[in-house]
Amino acid sequence: MHDTGHHDEPKGLKGRIIKATGVNITECYQCGKCTAGCPLNEEMDIMPNQLLRMLQLELPGYEDKLLKSMSIWLCLACDMCYHRCPQEVLLSKVMDYLRQESIRQGKVNPKAKDILKFHESFLESIAKNGKLHEMGLTLNYKLKTMNLMQDVSVAPAMLSKGKLSLFPHKVKNLKAIEKLFKRTSENKGGEQ
Amino acid sequence: MARIGVFICHCGENISATVDVVKVAEVASKMQGVAFSTEYKYMCSAPGQDKIVQAIKEHKLTGIVVAACSPRMHESTFRKATAEGGINPYLCEMANIREHCSWVHERSEETTEKAIDIVRTLVAKVRRNAPLFPIKVPVTKTALVIGGGIAGIQAALDIANAGHKVIMVEKQPSIGGHMSQLSETFPTLDCSQCILTPRMVEVSQHPNITLHTYAEVESVSGFIGNFEVKIKMKAKSVDHVKCTGCGECWQKCPSKKIPDEFNAGLSNRTAIYTPFPQAVPNKPVIDRANCTWFTKGGKCGICQKVCKAEAIDYTIQDTFIDVKVGAIVTATGFDLKHTDFFPEYGYGEFKDVIDGMQFERLASASGPTAGVIRRPSDGKVPEKIVFIACAGSRDKAKGIEYCSKICCMYTAKHAMLYKHKNHDGKAYVFYMDIRAAGKGYDEFVRRAIEDDHVEYIRGRVSKVYEHNGKLIVKGVDTLLNSTPVDIEADMVVLATAIVANKDAESVAQKMHISYDKHHFFAEAHPKLKPVETNTAGIMLAGACQSAKDIPESVSQASASASKAIALFSNNEMSREPSVAAVNNTNCTGCLLCQDVCPYLAIEKEEIKDRAGNVLRYAAKVNSGLCQGCGTCVAMCRNKSIDLQGFSNEQMLGEVMSLLNKPF
Amino acid sequence: MKIGYYPGCSLEGTSKEYSDSLFAVAEKCGITLETINDWNCCGASAAHTLNHDLAIALPARSIALAEKQGLTEIVIPCAACYSRLSQSQLEMNSHFVTKSKIESYLEMSFSGTIKLLSVIEFLEKYIFPEVDKHVVNKLNQKTACYYGCLLVRPKEISSIKRSEDPIEMEEVMKIAGAIPVKWAFKTECCGAGFSVSKTDFVAKLSGKILENAAENGAESIIVACPMCHMNLDMRRPNIKEQIKKDINIPVLFITQALGLSMGISADKLGLNKHFVPTDTAVKCVIKKEA
Repeated sequence: MHDTGHHDEPKGLKGRIIKATGVNITECYQCGKCTAGCPLNEEMDIMPNQLLRMLQLELPGYEDKLLKSMSIWLCLACDMCYHRCPQEVLLSKVMDYLRQESIRQGKVNPKAKDILKFHESFLESIAKNGKLHEMGLTLNYKLKTMNLMQDVSVAPAMLSKGKLSLFPHKVKNLKAIEKLFKRTSENKGGEQ
Repeated sequence: MARIGVFICHCGENISATVDVVKVAEVASKMQGVAFSTEYKYMCSAPGQDKIVQAIKEHKLTGIVVAACSPRMHESTFRKATAEGGINPYLCEMANIREHCSWVHERSEETTEKAIDIVRTLVAKVRRNAPLFPIKVPVTKTALVIGGGIAGIQAALDIANAGHKVIMVEKQPSIGGHMSQLSETFPTLDCSQCILTPRMVEVSQHPNITLHTYAEVESVSGFIGNFEVKIKMKAKSVDHVKCTGCGECWQKCPSKKIPDEFNAGLSNRTAIYTPFPQAVPNKPVIDRANCTWFTKGGKCGICQKVCKAEAIDYTIQDTFIDVKVGAIVTATGFDLKHTDFFPEYGYGEFKDVIDGMQFERLASASGPTAGVIRRPSDGKVPEKIVFIACAGSRDKAKGIEYCSKICCMYTAKHAMLYKHKNHDGKAYVFYMDIRAAGKGYDEFVRRAIEDDHVEYIRGRVSKVYEHNGKLIVKGVDTLLNSTPVDIEADMVVLATAIVANKDAESVAQKMHISYDKHHFFAEAHPKLKPVETNTAGIMLAGACQSAKDIPESVSQASASASKAIALFSNNEMSREPSVAAVNNTNCTGCLLCQDVCPYLAIEKEEIKDRAGNVLRYAAKVNSGLCQGCGTCVAMCRNKSIDLQGFSNEQMLGEVMSLLNKPF
Repeated sequence: MKIGYYPGCSLEGTSKEYSDSLFAVAEKCGITLETINDWNCCGASAAHTLNHDLAIALPARSIALAEKQGLTEIVIPCAACYSRLSQSQLEMNSHFVTKSKIESYLEMSFSGTIKLLSVIEFLEKYIFPEVDKHVVNKLNQKTACYYGCLLVRPKEISSIKRSEDPIEMEEVMKIAGAIPVKWAFKTECCGAGFSVSKTDFVAKLSGKILENAAENGAESIIVACPMCHMNLDMRRPNIKEQIKKDINIPVLFITQALGLSMGISADKLGLNKHFVPTDTAVKCVIKKEA
């Protein structure tokens, strides 16, 4: 691909994503191989290749649809799409950006609440301890989502097998962890 | 006393829009050695050329500088005009003020100054130009055709029918190429061998064609009109003069487990073999790498025992012959990627995932299953076949960004052949686009969809895996809201990418022709010179240049043939005289120039006295071989060798005039 | 012989048996695993989903600490942690601006020269040379080697060669005297981090994996990732409900399987800590002939 030096810089969401992630969104030629191989293609509301098409075309209302979709929250980052893509488009990186943008714009799909709360609970546990406290994560998640019966059946077994500790293992230098969280929150997923 | 005429061309507005041509002409008129200067809108037009002719006569000019486009465009035009004016054409030079000036700068005073500088350097050169005369070399009116596929066959027949001799070299035991492996051809569904074999026979019987099969080109030297080619005749182990083609030998050969290349690996052949029943010549060769006699120190020998014509000779060695030809047509064809190229489709390990050529052999009446489409795994007739187009092509991740051009058409053909033989079977084609631009091509694909009910699904297949004796194909229909489409198929046919032959690079290097990063041979100009290479006298025909179908290969072959025939229409050809020449009075005979000459164009000359005693040696240039590269001139410590038309003095004159220094 | 070790949160919690078996095998072969001092969580899926810089910084801290500790190689048995740490190191090494920024957040320097080893690479490099001396048993059962996603993708950080049909784990199983089966779901996703928040997806995806392994005759499934293990093991009741089949094939960590062949006791290997009982696998083990 030669550089004529006369590009018109893509603006809007597509332009911001290309600038932030470097992913070659314009090279997708809609072959659909990503969708064909995606483990959750039966559950998604917008298919992976459709998502890229909506980003490419930038018609009115598409940006909104994308940020409000469930698909961006369902992506497992298994990278099967990237692995088979003939144009080597790193879709999982685009998904991460869209998730963060969706939060920034307050457009998170209501059905994805639980998924988001799980991730948030996870990070809260790390922020506090530096390592994951599974018990703490589970309790926090249950409180956030009111799924009080979640995993009630497995907890006793986990405890008796010594797989669940009541108390967190903490990192010694918690101050460093605190600083990390503070400093990275000032620029969440923007410039890279 | 130099009297140079300078002609500044406007080139419409190509030059005059950026360069003040009137000023250039005016300044030029005052340059040292210039007797006449003018400017004109289109120097290359008839009136423009006439200006040169008239000016030479009127002003008694001794040299011409035409400041215009690149000499690659019109040097010969203006040299002809110069000759018409009555002086030696090599006294005319072009100053490139278009590609080198007006096309690469904005309009400004500096641009005009640059144009003036360029003109001044050429004037300084032409002041030192000497008359030169084209070198005549004889032309060998024999053509070499490398490759005996449909392109090579067409080129050979065209040249032979024009009355010239042709030598054809084919590395397989028979001519015919990939076309002989096909079952039917699109868009007519002609039986491939039925239309090919008459041509093959014509080649073998043509009085003007000498056919060498099981042979390869070993080396090429020389130049257009005068090539010297060494051909390796691989040891066939069978004397084709004695052999009657009875077939006893390969019927009795005990080595029966060698994968048959002609059947694309779907069946086996013997060690002594003819590739297919209509082979030309229809006489066997021994594949020594797989023959017991050769691999196990003389064991077996059955073929020799049963041969009534006593034609088998294990002691034959490879031999080499040297031939002289005037033109070469390269028609070495293509190769295919195979199923092992696709990790997501099974690494070539699933027996029922096959490539397009393997499907051709299954569909072919003379193939391993007598024309019945059967699964290689269990021999059953498949009830559902999935065809995957664009397998490997248009795929940056796999390193093949180009389109292989013929797969859309042959996939439609395959699906149709399957449906014609299995009315109740289901055929699916997963595609990205349909490329059917030839005559009758789109109609052909529509037939597959509308008449034969082949299901076309737009989307690529992500994965194929085996499950309970079937193949699960995970695809998608991007036209239907990108719905995932999973098919349980009995057979999967991959339309794999067309690639250059494995040995394409070494062939190109032997011939000194250019090739691209995919090892397809490079044409001289993608639009206007599609069959010539940058090496004069060597033409290209067929898929060795890029993926193409049979009509295009045949067209290209005839075009290549016409170039060869044009070359042969004269007994002699002229070569440009810009070759090196030695001043043997001060040459010391060190022959450093001979060491560095890439064209082996320098010989040692003996300088003798009248009595015939050798006084000393000097270098001598063979003007037939010299390409005028100038490497010898750079090496010579004595300045005894120089390039005519680009002499040291001429070059220095240009440089000094550019620096505005007297010389 | 000492090499660095990054456990990751799972190996000290829900997948403790992975850690126990790894140490047991390493000890037998004379390898000491030195844990990185004060290592922290790699951020898993949550970090890269919510905060790109955090996703790079968290793993980078652990790597920088390892550098300070003088470690030149670290084995990261959890496939997810291996992926996060490798991606972080790759990004730090390829983008100077990112590297400076993260180094300033960490207040630590980062040279990016440590070799990060997956458990497979660790076994190939450090255990294989010694293993023949120690293998005394044959597993004597058909095993389906399940790689999951993060050991084989993305290609920039994976060491696996045949990414659609790998054979590295199979080589380990052959050494352990097992019979690896051919099957089609080696690298399909198990449902990953949806174990808690979308358990039905995990049931569906892991169900397909379990079914295919069973159809191809597997008597046990071998994994190298705590997430995959949890989804196939702890979530078995959900899977059974989803696929409506009563499949009881046990799921073993690769180090547990290898450990059994080296004569280490099932208890020491933590085989009693699974949800799906492992005795069917343990019972198959026989002594290797001399």
